[in-house]
Amino acid sequence: MTHYLMAVHGPAEMNEFGNYGSREEMEEAFAATGAFNDKLRAEGYWVFAGGLEPVSTATVVDGQGESPVLTDGPYLETKEVLGGFWVIDAPDLDVALRLAAEGSRACRGKVEVRPFQGLA
Amino acid sequence: MQGEKAAVERVFREEYGRLIASLVRRFGDIDLAEDAAGEALVAALEKWPTSGVPPNPGGWLTTVAGNRVIDRIRRENQRDAKHRAALMNHDDTPHEPTGPVEDDRLRLVFTCCHPALAPEARIALTLRLLGGLTVPEIAQAFLVPTTTMAQRITRAKQKIAAAKVPYRVPTAADLPERLGAVLAVLFLIFNEGYLATGDGDPVRGELTGEAIRQTRVLRQLLPTEPEVSGLLALMLLIEARREARVRHGQLVPLGEQDRAGWDRALITEGHALVRECLAINRPGRYQILAAINAVHTDAPTASDTDWSQVVALYDQLMRLDPSPIVALNRAVAVAEVDGPEVGLALVDRLPLTGYHAWHATRADLLRRLRRSAEAAQAYDAAIAATQNSAERAYLARKRGELVRAGDGSACPESS
Repeated sequence: MTHYLMAVHGPAEMNEFGNYGSREEMEEAFAATGAFNDKLRAEGYWVFAGGLEPVSTATVVDGQGESPVLTDGPYLETKEVLGGFWVIDAPDLDVALRLAAEGSRACRGKVEVRPFQGLA
Repeated sequence: MQGEKAAVERVFREEYGRLIASLVRRFGDIDLAEDAAGEALVAALEKWPTSGVPPNPGGWLTTVAGNRVIDRIRRENQRDAKHRAALMNHDDTPHEPTGPVEDDRLRLVFTCCHPALAPEARIALTLRLLGGLTVPEIAQAFLVPTTTMAQRITRAKQKIAAAKVPYRVPTAADLPERLGAVLAVLFLIFNEGYLATGDGDPVRGELTGEAIRQTRVLRQLLPTEPEVSGLLALMLLIEARREARVRHGQLVPLGEQDRAGWDRALITEGHALVRECLAINRPGRYQILAAINAVHTDAPTASDTDWSQVVALYDQLMRLDPSPIVALNRAVAVAEVDGPEVGLALVDRLPLTGYHAWHATRADLLRRLRRSAEAAQAYDAAIAATQNSAERAYLARKRGELVRAGDGSACPESS
């Protein structure tokens, strides 16, 4: 089994309904994502998942120098940012891609699939 | 000595796909498989010239290569017990001359053509691992520096290993789509050989030959998939015209080819495959394209071509694949049935201004409508849009004839 990160990318700018068009759309996506999470747990792929607060809450820490340098905001200023992610445990890439397609449909966002080198 | 070396290398290339596929199945590691195959070649080059080529050279190579891998793993096991555990996870059944061996190559094709890999990486991996072409040969065929091609292949192999691209034949539910990706890769390899995009050799027989060889293998492995037979038929019927297609460095269009120069054996084989597909009656893109080519290769002279049959087949293809390129080819056939004016009206509607064949088709139809000034402009646009030397030479000749034909005064002279 391999651990995969399924990262959901979405727009940096959000409205009152997150990055969804309306309250109904947001609630539908939340419900579909909840159902998908239940399925991941039931089928044994679940490791961890979570949505992230808006990118405006990010702080970048550079601890490479003598004392850490803190910078308000995301590391890269882009229009598309990481909005949330799953970590799953799947036997191979075909399974991970199939689950990513389901997750993408549920949360209504594009999902990037990347294998972990291994989990600590 | 040189001849013996070449003979060993020919056998090696012939057996390469089978050898790598079997090693990947047993040891689950492409790099390891390639290294072991290379060592087996060295052993064969030492041994075969004196002892003769063994009766089952593929089996010999697989045994030698497999033993090399096991030796290496044993050495590493003494340092690292984890390797022993890893080895035990892999399928260690020995090489068998039939059955599972064929499955090995089928699995490897689906790994090499996995949709998670970039299309150019799929092509390169297929030629390297299944075709046994060297990295410099592949780089030369696609006109990129060897280092670039080596990086492309290395990156694809790293992705296969790290992301665990599976090594297996897809399930029945996924097979049609995944098989489509494999067939697309084989057809791209064939097309690059048939009408090379670069400014080197206009036709690259080694690529068309390799694509046909691999499609034949795929057909042996999946004999009940009519699209595989369709693709093989399509390649054979195009390949049959290869010798007649270029004369004195110029492309010769279908209508002007010397049909005595066509390869009758390939045409007979292609026609038999098309009939076999018709009997299965599960039409698909490649089968229809093969049927269109069967109509052309059935006609003793160009004027005997059953163009209404060609139009009917393109109508069928449009229902499966309503792309502008298919519509362009259909328009060419319509022009033969209903006249160039009707064909031109169809062509002008298509959003293909960046495609050389669109300009070349317009040029030809405008020429037949005696609209020479517009035809000359279209020939210029077609010449500018292609790098293929034989095609450029042909288009330049047609444009030149246009000027000599009469109302050249209306033609803007191109530089």
